[in-house]
Amino acid sequence: MADTIIFQSKPAREAPIKTEGLVPWVKTNLFANWQSTVTTLVVGALLLYYVPQFINWAILTATTTTNADACRADGVGACWGVVKEKYRLIIFGRYPFEEQWRPLVATLLMVGLLVASCTRYFWSKWLIIGWVVVLSAFFILMYGSLFGYFDVFGLTKVTTDRWGGLPLTIMLATLSIVLCFPVAICVALGRRSNLPAIRTFCTIYVELIRGVPLISVLFMASFMFPLFMPQGVTVDVLIRVVVGVTLFAAAYMAEVIRGGLQAMPKGQTEAAASLGLSYWQTQFKIILPQALAMVVPGIMNNFIGLFKDTSLVYIVSLYELTGSLGLALNSDADWRPYKLEGYLFIVSIYFVFCFAMSRYSLWIEKQLNKSKLR
Amino acid sequence: MTTQTQDNIIVFDKVNKWYGNNFHVLRDIDLNVRRGERIVICGPSGSGKSTLIRCINRLEEHQEGRLVVDGTELSDDVKAIDKIRKEVGMVFQQFNLFPHLTVLENLTLSPMYVGKVPKKEAEEKAMVQLKRVRIAEQADKYPLQLSGGQQQRVAIARALCLTPKIMLFDEPTSALDPEMIKEVLDVMVAMADQGITMICVTHEMGFAKAVADRVIFMDQGQIVEQNTPNEFFNNPQTDRSKDFLSKILGH
Repeated sequence: MADTIIFQSKPAREAPIKTEGLVPWVKTNLFANWQSTVTTLVVGALLLYYVPQFINWAILTATTTTNADACRADGVGACWGVVKEKYRLIIFGRYPFEEQWRPLVATLLMVGLLVASCTRYFWSKWLIIGWVVVLSAFFILMYGSLFGYFDVFGLTKVTTDRWGGLPLTIMLATLSIVLCFPVAICVALGRRSNLPAIRTFCTIYVELIRGVPLISVLFMASFMFPLFMPQGVTVDVLIRVVVGVTLFAAAYMAEVIRGGLQAMPKGQTEAAASLGLSYWQTQFKIILPQALAMVVPGIMNNFIGLFKDTSLVYIVSLYELTGSLGLALNSDADWRPYKLEGYLFIVSIYFVFCFAMSRYSLWIEKQLNKSKLR
Repeated sequence: MTTQTQDNIIVFDKVNKWYGNNFHVLRDIDLNVRRGERIVICGPSGSGKSTLIRCINRLEEHQEGRLVVDGTELSDDVKAIDKIRKEVGMVFQQFNLFPHLTVLENLTLSPMYVGKVPKKEAEEKAMVQLKRVRIAEQADKYPLQLSGGQQQRVAIARALCLTPKIMLFDEPTSALDPEMIKEVLDVMVAMADQGITMICVTHEMGFAKAVADRVIFMDQGQIVEQNTPNEFFNNPQTDRSKDFLSKILGH
């Protein structure tokens, strides 16, 4: 037998081109070739030109005085006093001034519950009870009673046409999101049903709703719907609006979910069938968990869109955050010129909520992808 | 006649099936499968092998003829279909495990929700089946974390959890590397000794020789020839089967 050849490992060498660290990062990301160098320089110049101007306007020369005349002086930038002066009107709309602690508490409860619902620690059947309690509390606080009951707290009645601002935005968005999701799932499943009647109904529903703007849906919910009701029966405008927004959002959501359902391999349904699972067991245990996981970005896209679409309820004289900003400034000639500051204020409120939603969807995606990691 | 139906766990009687209006995929199938019999079905692709076994648990419906499984005739009656699916396990070419559930959850799902077995009992039974396919240590992993051969063994264990009387295999090794084919076939060979009725669509001729009581050769939606493996491989009767065998055994 020949002598065994001894294997000798080579010593590790340094990489000839560095790919980690600050200088390599700048090289590869900012100055990789002449196109990227030009882009970097142009964008950099624009930033250098505009960012200091904005900082100058928004911070350095800004004033927080609540005296509108002082804002008009030369050289004064942003006039944040408008926010200081009007924030209660912007945030709570036309809700009676002395009672505004009620929407504050109600909104904090609602937001707290939303955060809890998004946290794995709280995922149990207690959450359902939590929702019933908090939703009841929300309406008792806001309205003064719940469908005429629970009148015991001695709160003055505040009818829904006085509700406004952020509480209205959050309530509309929350209710529509929570209600539209199950509707959307049913419609998405219905569009793939084997039963022609159900399939046709769901298709017509989606196509009809998608064919009209939200404003017209709200308009119909508010002005046309009462015409079809029997004499003396009235449904509160807020309920009509929630139903309108929900039905509208559900049609879009249904199509997103259907996209996920279409992407499911047929083998999953067949395997479930071969194991004896019923249609609903198959959908809830096998198909939907996977299909929904696939379309989380699309679903969250719709939720965020829905959150901002609530601003359209001004068409039926409900003044949520955007509407109440207009309400606060249009009626006051002194402050009307400072709409920009007011808008920046509510934009930052919208942004906080929407950014939180989008971050949350990333977290959800990560959780759902755990089973796919090798 | 009664004794015959009792002995035969599956009876195809002039079964016909079409896809759409024009594609006649099963043509006058007559086939009796005895209780405990082990059958291998082979034939070129598009010959209707998969469709034939998928009719047995009604993943496909036939349009003509009678198909009786364990004394229950398959029709549109949902109860009959449910009953038969509890007695018939199926293993697919693409495994079709549920990727969002762990291996153990894949196995306990049907016993818990269809069989109404308590969770603990279902898990114990599942572990027995996982040990049987020699994969118990992977119980808490997700399917996609396993190799193809391991996934297919989990799929076999999942089908066995319903303690079926009949097992259907639809090309169980066609999606696997050669090394993994053996580990799956070993499990199937071990199963064959336990009296369960097996119908297996496969081109693994070694498996057919070792395990099958009968080999069925199909082409163009018909059963061309059926015989013991020995006779079929060594002494095929029709020109079609001779031609087919020369192609798959030729290299």
